[in-house]
Amino acid sequence: MPQTLFQKVWNAHAVRRLASGQAQLFIGLHLVHEVTSPQAFDMLRQLGWRVAYPERTFATVDHIAPTDATRRPFHDVMAEEMTSALERNCREFGIQLWAPGSREHGIVHIIGPELGLTQPGMTIACGDSHTSTHGALGSVAFGIGTSQVRDVLASQCLALDPLKVRRIEVNGGLRAGVYAKDVILTIIRRLGVQGGVGYAYEYAGSAIDRMTVEERMTVCNMSIEGGARAGYVNPDDTTFAYLRGRRFAPSGAAFDRAVGWWRSMASDPGASYDEQVNIDAAVIEPTVTWGLNPGQSVGISEAIPGPADVAPAERDALDEALAFMGFRSGSRMQGTRIDVAFIGSCTNGRLSDLEEAARLVRGRRIAPHVRGLVVPGSQAVRRDAEARGLHDVFQSAGFEWREAGCSMCLGMNADRLEGRQICASSSNRNFKGRMGSPAGRTLLMSPAMVAAAAIAGEVVDVRTEFEGVIS
Amino acid sequence: MMDSGPIVVVTGRGLPLCGDDVDTDRIMPARFLRATSFEGLEAHLFEDDRATDARHPFSDPRFRGATLLLVNRNFGCGSSREHAPQGLARAGILALVGESFSEIFQGNAAMLGLPCFVADHDGVARLQRLVEEAPDTVVTAQVGSGAITAGPLRIDATIAPALRSGFVSGQWNPTAMLLDRFEEVRRVSGALPYLTGF
Repeated sequence: MPQTLFQKVWNAHAVRRLASGQAQLFIGLHLVHEVTSPQAFDMLRQLGWRVAYPERTFATVDHIAPTDATRRPFHDVMAEEMTSALERNCREFGIQLWAPGSREHGIVHIIGPELGLTQPGMTIACGDSHTSTHGALGSVAFGIGTSQVRDVLASQCLALDPLKVRRIEVNGGLRAGVYAKDVILTIIRRLGVQGGVGYAYEYAGSAIDRMTVEERMTVCNMSIEGGARAGYVNPDDTTFAYLRGRRFAPSGAAFDRAVGWWRSMASDPGASYDEQVNIDAAVIEPTVTWGLNPGQSVGISEAIPGPADVAPAERDALDEALAFMGFRSGSRMQGTRIDVAFIGSCTNGRLSDLEEAARLVRGRRIAPHVRGLVVPGSQAVRRDAEARGLHDVFQSAGFEWREAGCSMCLGMNADRLEGRQICASSSNRNFKGRMGSPAGRTLLMSPAMVAAAAIAGEVVDVRTEFEGVIS
Repeated sequence: MMDSGPIVVVTGRGLPLCGDDVDTDRIMPARFLRATSFEGLEAHLFEDDRATDARHPFSDPRFRGATLLLVNRNFGCGSSREHAPQGLARAGILALVGESFSEIFQGNAAMLGLPCFVADHDGVARLQRLVEEAPDTVVTAQVGSGAITAGPLRIDATIAPALRSGFVSGQWNPTAMLLDRFEEVRRVSGALPYLTGF
């Protein structure tokens, strides 16, 4: 019987049914960071347990990592303490850690694929909701909490219920100035921020097929913003070409054998899905959020909705969002003055994101009232960008060029909004207080749209302002 | 680690927290994740919301000591931070009743022995109203049947079946089960091509 990738991966990793009725699922790759792991390591120590598969466990420091310097000890005392704690834990339990200052360091969801750790057909877990990113290479990846991190450390397994699978086909060509970020914001807007609860999202269709692996990562990354715990793209030649030559990817004859297995894990033609959704790529516009969740967005030419445009159950949320953001129904996002422009995060902090933003920035200056930050997702991204001179492009334009980390996306380090500042951001969440100021406001958009907003000092349509520059 | 044991019924006063899509950044703002333990998190629950709303339910003395948190749609969406349910558990919350929950939040809560009861919009709204008007009302939630009673009100709720049976049997903390018969784990990992060099 034809099966989906999700079913095949699940079956290959299912250990047994637990007494509770949940399945015990083996996790092929466990990624660890400093924020959600220290309590898990403490629990392990209290119980006198070891890490079951230390060779399948890899750690980094990203959420709290300072982005102004990698020199130790950090000025930020808590960053130093949390980094030291992870160093101690990884030493004691025999886990590979890439701390700030190392060549491999970066955001956990950037370095996993970059190092070739993330591969098709795997199960992956990490104490972070954006673990769904890794699905871009055809893995099934779950965001988990700290108690589950403890379970995976101790047993390399999770107790889970299987997910249903919704196939989301995006067919047709994306127009110039429309990016993977706009695709996923459109999907979330259409299906809702809780539409994916209980589902894994399988992204497919000609627009997804044509995307690079980095673009697919942007799409899969935000699956959780639509409520879906996991999202994936079936592995194809694009995936295999991406993996070839990466440090932890198989090499030589093993690579060819791997391709055979990876290909076999893709969803079969004729596999049945719990639901199917079709989206026309050609109608997607550059998209910007106006509200307090990633589903509250509009195409740049559209008006912010009013009470009559939303379901009755969503009116309270609309009122709350408009009051907090200071926006009005019927007005447009274009022309909204911004204070900060942030390019980075696990959603859009990869080389191709920086390249596209730099294309717009080259030879221009950001508006005098705007603070611009570019935070590469990893040291490798930073090195590659510098080799191409992108740091000069950004710095000449007035952007700060930072070290790798999560930075302003969640405001756990010193990079935060102040007061009611508005930030045009390439990150993933526009929740109240998300960027470190309780009253701060976040507008989610593509890196190109962030760059355009930084230069104009306000939200603009990248298609008309930068015609001929955008790809 | 918290104690394990059967969780069959949760009884106590309710705490109505109205609104959809309450994310974990609001429940526990990220700056309070700058720590290596979960201790003291209860002091920071909804800290930013409470700072701008003196009548926030978590600041309201009428609901002090309440143990059942009554919420609406998609509660706990966003970040996977267990700090959110840890804060709630440490503040004395024993169970949640809502219209729907984010999957990661619900799983994290279950690991701490906090059942998330799911009821329809009307049922939850009536329960929230009743508790708002009469905060001393005792709410009783049956894990097995999903029946929730509060004074004259009775609503039907459900808990995801596997989680429910875990609570009732006392096996809601799966670590021991996952470590049991570990040779089966080795068998599965030994058959995975990517762990055996393809």
